[in-house]
Amino acid sequence: MDAIFLQILNGLDKGGAYALIALGLTLVFGTLGVVNFAHGALFMLGAFCSVSFYKLLTLSKQVKDESITFFDAFKEQPYLEIWFGDYGTTIIDLAVPLSILFAIPVMLLIGLIMERGLIRHFYKRTHAEQILVTFGLAIVLQEVIKSFFGANPIPMPAPEIVSGSAPIGVLFGLGESVVYPWWRLIYLLFSGVVIAGVFAFLNMTTYGMVVRAGMMDRETVGLLGIDVERRFTVVFGLAAVVTGLAGVMYAPILPPDYHMGMDFLVLSFVVVVVGGMGSLGGAVAAGFLLGILQSFASMNEVKSIIPGIDQIIIYLVAVVILLVRPRGLLGRKGVMED
Amino acid sequence: MKTPTIKQDMLVMLIFSVVILTMPLWLEPLGANYPDLLQKFAIFGIFAVGYNILFGLTGYLSFGHAAFLGIGSYTAVWSLKLLTMNILPALLFSVLMSGLFALLIGFITLRRSGIYFSILTLAFAQMFYNLAYSVLTPITNGETGLQLARDDARVIDRLFSEAGEGLPSTDFFGLAMSGYSGFYICAVLLIIAFFISQRIFHSPFGTKLRAIKSNQTRMKYTGYSTRPYLLTAFVISGMYAGLAGGLMAATDPLAGAERMQWTASGEVVLMTILGGVGTLIGPLLGVGIIKYFENIFSALNEQALHQAFAFMPDWLANIMVFLTSPFVGEGWHLTLGALFVLIVVFLPGGIMQGIDLIKKRFSSPSKNSKTEHTSSEARLEKAPENGQ
Repeated sequence: MDAIFLQILNGLDKGGAYALIALGLTLVFGTLGVVNFAHGALFMLGAFCSVSFYKLLTLSKQVKDESITFFDAFKEQPYLEIWFGDYGTTIIDLAVPLSILFAIPVMLLIGLIMERGLIRHFYKRTHAEQILVTFGLAIVLQEVIKSFFGANPIPMPAPEIVSGSAPIGVLFGLGESVVYPWWRLIYLLFSGVVIAGVFAFLNMTTYGMVVRAGMMDRETVGLLGIDVERRFTVVFGLAAVVTGLAGVMYAPILPPDYHMGMDFLVLSFVVVVVGGMGSLGGAVAAGFLLGILQSFASMNEVKSIIPGIDQIIIYLVAVVILLVRPRGLLGRKGVMED
Repeated sequence: MKTPTIKQDMLVMLIFSVVILTMPLWLEPLGANYPDLLQKFAIFGIFAVGYNILFGLTGYLSFGHAAFLGIGSYTAVWSLKLLTMNILPALLFSVLMSGLFALLIGFITLRRSGIYFSILTLAFAQMFYNLAYSVLTPITNGETGLQLARDDARVIDRLFSEAGEGLPSTDFFGLAMSGYSGFYICAVLLIIAFFISQRIFHSPFGTKLRAIKSNQTRMKYTGYSTRPYLLTAFVISGMYAGLAGGLMAATDPLAGAERMQWTASGEVVLMTILGGVGTLIGPLLGVGIIKYFENIFSALNEQALHQAFAFMPDWLANIMVFLTSPFVGEGWHLTLGALFVLIVVFLPGGIMQGIDLIKKRFSSPSKNSKTEHTSSEARLEKAPENGQ
């Protein structure tokens, strides 16, 4: 029972990341009709936003180490600590959550540049060509990051106050022994909030309404005198931000390295296809569903029955769903039908 | 489109064979005539030529061809371990095995088209890749990769001779698979592969595949069931990939799972696109360029750059080195990615389209702006609708 409970949490947690990435991917696909293989790179860029923000905060100066008296020792002390004392230390400790504020404008900018600079020339090209050009772009972004930050994963600390485990079992009457890392719980909560935010934006604001109308029928909205293109550019920026934030918060869970984007890209495409191309709700649902399935498949009890199932469950589900439900779980009629 | 006559085809084949077989000679000034690289040219050439039969003719973008490459490699190494160090059975088995898998995977994935097909093939390739790393370790030897050992069975070899000292090396009835003789074996296979692909391109079967690419719906209304044709093309290109994988194992008897990773599938797509999709010779050009520059660029380092720019004034040379150093050595992939983006943006038909443009410009200078326009337009028109 405990194990099952923990696996559900694990799955929700992983699913949160999948759902956020897939949500961004679907936004881009549903509005612009572009199959964006550089989407994983956006996730990776988000993670590196937090890395670079952390590096920025910990810019240090050599100071004399007073604790060592018998010879001249120097240690690195971040400027923030020198200037603000303990407040500075707290700020550095909170680097990852604070880098959200840093990541939002950066990712928005990256998204807008990407859309205006490259992607918009590909609206009318075939999907194959879109895949190819964004695949090339992903390689470029990945290599740029590699040349700046190196090839090794960079561990990022979660804030100290939430670095331990939460006695989550008590809440559900499962006893003290059932614990779960705080940061993962926060991630789950965070992904929920972001997803809710995106849906609120699309469903409750006029701007979002126009965007949704544009997704349904771009031409008619254009005929009504609305500049759809501009809105779609903004949506691309939004998708970049959502994906980037998923990356920022994921940094303490998985130390960012330059190819993490590619790893997640394949998964998130599978998630989108399972959820149904162009369906936002489908992407979110499929994200959580596949996350949970994956974490259950990696239980030892399951693995002993079907060896290797944890490695292929996601792809297997994708194959089965695509064959029996061609539109995916919640796919709309007429979107990418073939 | 006018189909060339048999005579023209034979002429092309003759020229092609001569060009390929004399590669060690004319690549010498480029510094690329050592056997290792030449073998790579030929092997990836086979891979790309086969991939082009699927992607170039039918427009179905498979992201999972690396799986067949891997299957071919594993099969070949097993044949080398169990039967004989002669590569003939190894290659036969790898072609057969990957053909079988292609039949199975193609049967399932070809139910869908467009992006779904890409994702499905990708999903299968990833499954194979993950399995090769985990559960299939007895067959694939996991992360270490499948290697030869001295005390392997090698049943057929044992009939003729005792096991020698040390690791035996692969051969083709006495011809060693390393060095130039290895290249010539690969080259002959490439020529045969190219010949088959040329026959397919100019056959009614090839025409039908092109018809599927340009308008599958209409093709169906005409009364053709398109799936068998697609499946045949898929299996053929899978077998090509298997042959390439088998040759990889034959020249260097080691098969690792990373050969099946989806970036490996991406690489062959890249080569095909760079050269020119759907053209006969294009993919080979792509292979040549990518493999050549991979070798040259990744070997360069800052020192070599300083030497290259030595003729400039010092300050300018320093700037040039600073600008170019991220693109060479470790950063070769950056060059590759950037090149890829540029090609898809400006020259979606690849190098072959570029050559066509130049040809047209020289033949009728007055119409050049117009022809450029129409040829890129025509490409867009040809885009697969994939509607049913």
